Amino acid sequence: MDQSSSLQYSASELMCVNAARLLRDGDVVFVGVGLPNLACNLARRTHAPNLQMIYEAGVIGARPSRLPLSIGDPTLVSGAASVCGMYDIFTLYLQRGNVDVGFLGGAQIDRFGNINATVIGDYAKPKVRLPGSGGSQEMAGWANRCYIITPHQKRRFPEKVDFRTSAGFLNGRTERDATGVRGGGPLVVVTNLGLLEPDANGELILTALHPGCTVEQVKENTGWEIKVAQTLRTTNPILESELILLREELDPDGIHLKGS
Amino acid sequence: MSKLCTLKEAIEKYVHDGDTVYCAGFTHLIPFSAGHEIIRQGRRDLTLARATPDLIYDQMVAAGCAKKLIFSYIGNPGVGSLRIVRSELEAGRLEWEEYSHFGMISRLQAGAAGLPFIPMNQTAATDLERINPNIRRVKDPYTGREVITVPPLTPDVGIIHVQRADKNGNAHIWGIIGEQKEVAFSSKSVIITAEEIVDEEIIRSDPNRTLIPELIVKAVCHVPHCAHPSYTQGYYDRDNVFYLNWDKISEDPAAVKNWLDEWVYGVKDTEEYWQKLGSETHARLAVKPKFAAPVNYGDY
Repeated sequence: MDQSSSLQYSASELMCVNAARLLRDGDVVFVGVGLPNLACNLARRTHAPNLQMIYEAGVIGARPSRLPLSIGDPTLVSGAASVCGMYDIFTLYLQRGNVDVGFLGGAQIDRFGNINATVIGDYAKPKVRLPGSGGSQEMAGWANRCYIITPHQKRRFPEKVDFRTSAGFLNGRTERDATGVRGGGPLVVVTNLGLLEPDANGELILTALHPGCTVEQVKENTGWEIKVAQTLRTTNPILESELILLREELDPDGIHLKGS
Repeated sequence: MSKLCTLKEAIEKYVHDGDTVYCAGFTHLIPFSAGHEIIRQGRRDLTLARATPDLIYDQMVAAGCAKKLIFSYIGNPGVGSLRIVRSELEAGRLEWEEYSHFGMISRLQAGAAGLPFIPMNQTAATDLERINPNIRRVKDPYTGREVITVPPLTPDVGIIHVQRADKNGNAHIWGIIGEQKEVAFSSKSVIITAEEIVDEEIIRSDPNRTLIPELIVKAVCHVPHCAHPSYTQGYYDRDNVFYLNWDKISEDPAAVKNWLDEWVYGVKDTEEYWQKLGSETHARLAVKPKFAAPVNYGDY
């Protein structure tokens, strides 16, 4: 039996394990570097051995033998099932509907799960210029399910984002539905405090807390009056086996998992 | 017809002040040597287009080559911010035009295919469309629903690094092939830089691997290690240490100037640059071979 009590882990490890658990065996996942990459590899090594990893650089069925620093690392190519160009990855795979899961990140996530990865402040005269969409605008629109991994801080969770790089539920679920966009939108936001999920109207509400975390912490660190689900769950404790895999095999140098 | 020339000659002949330049490569095969040669030759007012401007455009912007940037993701991949580009944009000193990756590659695809625009499905996120007048909508004549469109991107010069090419410009590429083919077919002039110049027979032994045919190529340059600090699949690894170091260097304008003086202006070509990196770096970036199984085309 796995021992789970009295384990020490970082916020990144906590989010990574909880993100991995959202993946289902056989899922086709559009993977980003960092925590999503680790979460996918963890899932593949535990409950989802048939996970298919697709990278936006155009690699299908990657089997990276080392932790890639960048989205286009050569280790993704060696031993992969297929490699294609950018136009193909965004059309044949994403636009056509061949991607089950996309992982998204951004500087701001708002009440309806819309994401800003473009600018803080005014677009023409930005206070902070962020990297921009990359592949995320289309992923948020067209992947069947989207997941977001982000630390729970007030500045990251404003009531409204400064720029809508990627669509969540816009101003409510009916507005997203009316666009006819094929993907299901953000289904879960994994933070270091718990899980947020959209309600019937597409508004993110607190549905689960990690062991030891409190509703007050979540409220203090969210930029709107966040609602709490009627039945608030507690996420399953982190297992020692999951931590060993992460620390000893998937990120042995602690590049993504160290800290907080 | 042989199109072999030095990189210096190719840049002199095909890259002019005010041109739109696309140095291809999604993380892989980024032709850094060409960027450095453009800096050495002092080109100005360029419009630099790349999905991911990467360090190559950070350096070219720092050296004063650029008037405008066309992009879809400005970051130091795997590290963080692309500091010089970012501060120039924040200060309003650099013009820009922004897309998603899919919008960017669709522009190239339209240019490569000779189409007036390419339609894309809606994503429900409309802010990029709001701020970029090049992103528009038309009614699909079959269903009546709206689709998003982007116009062709047709750079004056496309620069593409490849594993091997013959002297005429037929080029083999493997590994991540991001947007090389689309850049080649959409650009008015194509410069190929190659790790190896090989006999035409080698190219003809594996025609499926030829992404770029000679008929669209203007110049072929033999430039081993052209992609450092990015990489060439099977030839040398990505220099992640340099990508991390650039994050520090690019914090300080004086350090950037020193770096350009030492590593761009201070060397005459890629060979000198590569030797200057030294044997420790060479050893760190060396790759063990892993060959594909041969394919049988049949002797007909």
